Parts: sequence; C-alpha cells; structure tokens
Amino acid sequence: MDDSAALEIQGLRKSYWTPEGARQVVIDLPAFRLEARQQVAMSGESGSGKTTLLNLIAGISTPDSGSIRVGGHEMTSLSESARDRLRATTIGYIFQTFNLLQGYTCLENVLLGMSFGPGADRAVAVGLLERVGLGARLRHYPRQLSSGQQQRVAVARALANRPRLVLADEPTGNLDQRNARESLSLIREVCRESGAALLLVSHDPGVLSGFDVVEPLEQLNRAGGV
Amino acid sequence: MTLGLIVRRSLRQHALSSVVTAISIALAGGLLMAVWVVREQSQQAFTGMNAGFDAVLGARGSKLQLVLNAVFHVDESPGNLAWADYLELQADPGVAVAVPLATGDNYRGYRIVGVTPELFSEVEYAPGRRYQVAPPGRLFDPTLREAVVGSFAAAQLGLRLGQRFQPYHGLRFDESHVHEEKYVVVGIMEPSNTPADRVIWIPLKGVQLMSGHDPAAAEELSAVLVKLKSPTLGRTMEVRYNREGSRLTFAWPIAQIMARFFERIVWFERVLTVVAYLVAAVAAGSVLASIHNSMNERRRDIAILRALGAHRRTVFGAIVLEAMSLAAVGMLAGFGVYGAIMAVVTQIIRAQTGVVIDPLAWHTVMFWAPLGMILVSALAGVVPATKAYRTDVATHLMPST
Repeated sequence: MDDSAALEIQGLRKSYWTPEGARQVVIDLPAFRLEARQQVAMSGESGSGKTTLLNLIAGISTPDSGSIRVGGHEMTSLSESARDRLRATTIGYIFQTFNLLQGYTCLENVLLGMSFGPGADRAVAVGLLERVGLGARLRHYPRQLSSGQQQRVAVARALANRPRLVLADEPTGNLDQRNARESLSLIREVCRESGAALLLVSHDPGVLSGFDVVEPLEQLNRAGGV
Repeated sequence: MTLGLIVRRSLRQHALSSVVTAISIALAGGLLMAVWVVREQSQQAFTGMNAGFDAVLGARGSKLQLVLNAVFHVDESPGNLAWADYLELQADPGVAVAVPLATGDNYRGYRIVGVTPELFSEVEYAPGRRYQVAPPGRLFDPTLREAVVGSFAAAQLGLRLGQRFQPYHGLRFDESHVHEEKYVVVGIMEPSNTPADRVIWIPLKGVQLMSGHDPAAAEELSAVLVKLKSPTLGRTMEVRYNREGSRLTFAWPIAQIMARFFERIVWFERVLTVVAYLVAAVAAGSVLASIHNSMNERRRDIAILRALGAHRRTVFGAIVLEAMSLAAVGMLAGFGVYGAIMAVVTQIIRAQTGVVIDPLAWHTVMFWAPLGMILVSALAGVVPATKAYRTDVATHLMPST
C-alpha cells in the first residue's frame, strides 16, 4: 500500500439483507485509488451504490470485507470511535441536501464541524466562509439562505478541518444550473487550494464533463448497486 | 463548548416543549422546597417556641389544647381555673413568674387577651428579648380600658394609637355580639415574630369584668403561663397537679407537648412528602417525554453530527446534558415558584397561628432538591440518549443516491 494515496480501496464488498431474507451485494469493488490532490468524478445512476460507497469510505458504514485506506489509515481495522476521529480530521463530506444543521448559524455549522476535529477556530471558519462568498452571512441560519448559499456553507464546513480527502455526493443535485456550475467550480477550487483530493459522485453529465478523470461506477462495481 | 452549543441550540429549537418542561420542573421543585421548608420551620417554630414559659396551668383537659390556647392563641380554652389557684401557684417557691391570662373576646376576629403587665416587664419571650411597645406608645394602665395591640393585628385591623374600639364576645367575630365597653389603643407592639403579634392585649380585669360575661368569671382565669426557676421543677408540679389532683392540668414541658402533637400529625407530613415526590417524578417524566417525543426530528441532526465526526458518546452526552439543563433552568425558576408559594403560605400561617416562617432562611432542601431534580432528570434523559446513541447515521442522512 502506498501512503501517498489519498484513498486506496482493495476488494471492497458490502451487502444487505433484503426484506425477503436474501443477501444482496451492493458494492463489490476490486480496486480503486485516488492520489493526493487528485480530483476524480465517479459516474453512476440513481441506485448504483454511490452513497453506500461514500459512506463506506467515510467510515459511516462498515464493509463486509476489503480494505479502505484513507490518508494511510486502514479504515476497516479502526474502532468506531477511531473512525469518527479519522472522519473528523481527514475527510470532508459534502452532501446533495447539504445536511446543514438548521438550528445553527452558518458560522456555527462550520465551527461545530471543526470542534470534532482539531478544534474550533473562529478565524479559520470566518476565513473559509469569506472565501466561499458568505462573509456577510455568518450569523444567518440555513433557512435564510438560498440553496446555492447553503451548499457554499457545506463546502466551507467540509474544508474546515483541512481534510486530505473530500467526498462529494451529488453536490449539485439540488441546485439550478447556474448555482450548480458555480458550486462545482467552488468545490474544485477550494479543494485545490487546500490540497485535498476530491472524489465526486454524480449522475449529471454536465458535472462529470468538467473532470479529466471520470470513473463509471457501474463498471467498477461488479455488484451493480442496489 | 461543543456540548454546550449543541444543548443550547437544541433547547432553542424545541423552545415550546423546553419551556413547558422547565415550567413543570419549576412547579415541582418550588412545591417540593416549599413543603419541606414549611414543614421543618413550622415544626421548629411550634416545638421551639414557648414564648418564654416552661408550662401552662389550666382547667382539667387536654395539655395540647391548653398550650395552643395560652401560648399560640389558637383553639379554645378547656375551661377556667380559680384566681386562688393562680395565687397558690404564684406562691410556689419553684415558680419564677406566673402570668395569668383571660380570654373569651375578640375584635374583628383577633383575640383579646386579658393579662397583667408582668408579661411585658418580667418575661423574655426569647433570650434577651422582651415584648416591647413601639414609641410613642406605652403599656396599658391595668386600671383603665386601654389596649396594646400586637404588630400584626394592628396592621391587619388598621388600629392606630388613640383609636377606640369595642370588643366582641367570643373567639370568633360575630357583629351582633358587641360589648358595651370602649377601649383605647395606647400602644402598638414592636414585631416579635411570635403569636403575641396577633393578639390585642388588655388588662386582665378588663376581660374578667367585661359586660355580658358571667359574673363568676370575674374571679376566674383561662390559664396561667408559668416560668419556673429551674425547668426540672416542672416534674414535681406535674405530679402534684396531674396525678395527685383532679381539677387542673399542668402542661409541661411545652416543647415536648408540641413535639407529641407533631408526632400525631406525622402521617399528614408523609402524605405531603409523597405528593411532593410524585410531583417531582412527574416532572422528571415530562423531561423524558419532551425529549423522547422529539427524537424523530432530532435523528437527522444527530446523523449529521455523527457524519461530521461526533462520537456516539458525544450525542448521548448532549441529550443527557440537555435533560440536566432543562432541570437546572426549571429549578432556577423553581426558586421563583418557591418564593410565590411561600409568600402566600407564610401569610396564611402567620395570620392563623402567629408563627413567622422565614422563606429566605437557608435550608438544605434548597441544595438537595435542585441537585436531586437534576440527577433524576439526567436519569430520565438516558432513555432518549440511548436512542440517540443507537441512531444509524447512514439511514438518517437522506437522501442516498
């Protein structure tokens, strides 16, 4: 294994029990590698297992077998608590529905994300929100922001702990065309600036077309999703 | 900082249920503290207060009734004793002071008690403290129709120096039973925080010779308050009056008689205590219900926190801390509820018995009730916290793609 890779996957399998009592394999990924600072898009239709794969990488779900190395750390051999810690310090996660905490201001959303990692740093959080164009909206709540602005907060939150790897799950799925374009451009820019590798999954050809490397999940995943 | 922020935001997000829960805790806590303080202080006041006397001599009957009537100025006199009995008692070498009392009249519900000036000149109702008449008033002249009014009675009745009033017959106010005599207020007592504050004091002869009273009562008394040279001398006198004699009752020692009274009503205290505990349990249940009912809407936030890297124990702790915070805020408000309950209850107790309860006096319940409520609420919070602990992140981070 090579620690210079931001992400390295070997023989990853994940299955679920169906309501009928059968075992259904949703992820069967022989190998995948993402270099440090590399930006890769993964294409896949709805139900192809994109979110399941990202949740496995982030340590939110555990695989049946296989290896996931994030920043040189073997995710599958860690305890849940250690996975939480690794996720907080090494991985930034951007969701399609933003998953902002509605009762918290923009600044608090970012600070809270930092507090589970290296620690809340107000100056860094403010700097990041200014970087994504929300310097004047620090005390706004998510409901007071447009969808595009909410996604910017999510980007700032994902980058706040200076992660080695950013996972983006259909990050433009809830945005109009113009906001989607701007948001995608912003995600890629800030990842480049911070030195984070980016793994973005999407079904949108408009999003995928901007990436040099596009990996089709249907081909990588022998299980074919859910 | 993190847990504090999560708790603050969660309380704000569920503001209505948080406020309702905090109010129920405040009511429960306030009630619990009020029940405790009233119970303890009233018991202390009744068993600790003897108005400076060791015993009461009265007609044959209940010792408790005798004490309640002569010392606390509640309940009725069990009967009269002869003036000669008083003289005999006064002559006893073991008696330091004997103050005769005559009761049977009132002014608008406040007792009029006939007494000799010794009550003011010879008796210390508490160490180093005598009943005082506030300047520019003075003590009544035993030969005139003059009155000294207790501070509480004066305030309630609006009686002022120089004002005249006509006593009413009996211990309960009945407008149709007014006596002919007119008394003038010559003194208002300084507050003593004893039952004496709600009494209108007049010369002993005033009650004995009041128009309409039985002429035989002119040579009779309702009770004699006794201060002994040594409290242990009461044993001999008790034997003499209670065992060897059959006409009179010697109620001694006053504190023990009141303590026995409280032992008899201990069931009532227990019921009050159980009720207070139940109310506290219901309040703790409301913490559980309040947080538990909102768990469905919290699950997404919990999943997000976990996705950001929060440990299971962090979200567990946040929920327990929220329950504790609700209890803490509720108990803070509970002191306000306690103050409101005590403001009413102390007035009622004072008006009915003259006993003054100090709501500001420190009592250990003010420490253990909030602490207990917080701990019980923390325990109640464990149930929803366990749910939070078990929240599956992937399931609640919708939608999946």
